[in-house]
Amino acid sequence: MAEAPEIALLTPYARSLGIALDRWDQEAPVLRVDFSEAVLGRPGALHGGAISGLLETAGYGALRASLARSGREASFVPINITVQFLRAGDEKRSFASARIVKLGRRTANLSVEAWQDDAAKPIASAVMNVMIRDAG
Amino acid sequence: MSDPAPRFDPSAAADFLVSRAHNGWLGMRFSDHGEDWVEMELPWRADLRGEEERDILASGPIVSLLDMAGGLSIWTRTGEFRAIATLDLRVDYTRPARERMSVFGRVQCYRTTRSAAFVRGIAHDGDPDDPVAHMQAVFMTIDKRTVDLPDRRSGENARG
Repeated sequence: MAEAPEIALLTPYARSLGIALDRWDQEAPVLRVDFSEAVLGRPGALHGGAISGLLETAGYGALRASLARSGREASFVPINITVQFLRAGDEKRSFASARIVKLGRRTANLSVEAWQDDAAKPIASAVMNVMIRDAG
Repeated sequence: MSDPAPRFDPSAAADFLVSRAHNGWLGMRFSDHGEDWVEMELPWRADLRGEEERDILASGPIVSLLDMAGGLSIWTRTGEFRAIATLDLRVDYTRPARERMSVFGRVQCYRTTRSAAFVRGIAHDGDPDDPVAHMQAVFMTIDKRTVDLPDRRSGENARG
């Protein structure tokens, strides 16, 4: 991870759930979470809330990385998230990565996808709006 | 004629249903219910913080809480426990929760069709009139058959 900016990508909640940085793709972090009881929903399928947590964490990670590159120090306040559950998540490793659709002075709009074996077959997608509060 | 399955009773079944997997890991518990709504509580826990510096629950667990309360509200309204899957879920975060407070998810199922169920609700940290979040979601039935709860209590007489 030589090119990784020195930023905190994971909240205490994300670490506790088992979310980790997998790699950097272009300039956005790809996060992963291994299957465990902590992410299981109904028998045999991942919990939608756990998938949402992975999506949200990937969204904040991409935003934090982007702001860090432009030297902006800021904190985030969530405005909203809309999640589409596209396929049942199997009991295996999942990934998520976000694209910044619009980065403004006060808000950002993000598009996030989560997948398992094949990034072209997402298990869930999300749109997030985030309030950005510049430090100082 | 076989006996009809007992009507789904969230006050008897909810704590069992959230005792394992992701909901169990989060530590959810039953709080309250009506004819078509269920409220679940997510007690404060330090390792569910959304920031290092502030003792506030992350937004992810609040989505999980609202998702589960939504599913329970559907089973409560219909009286039947069937396998369902969330299709679409939206959460608006209207204000941060107060530090070290439980967050409650109260969700109402306001409409069901043959294969879809529509829910809406709020998350609050003690006062339902001052929500921390609003949610709206659609669930799909993924199996028409009802499921018998693997729980002794499901055999008890259900409440109206």
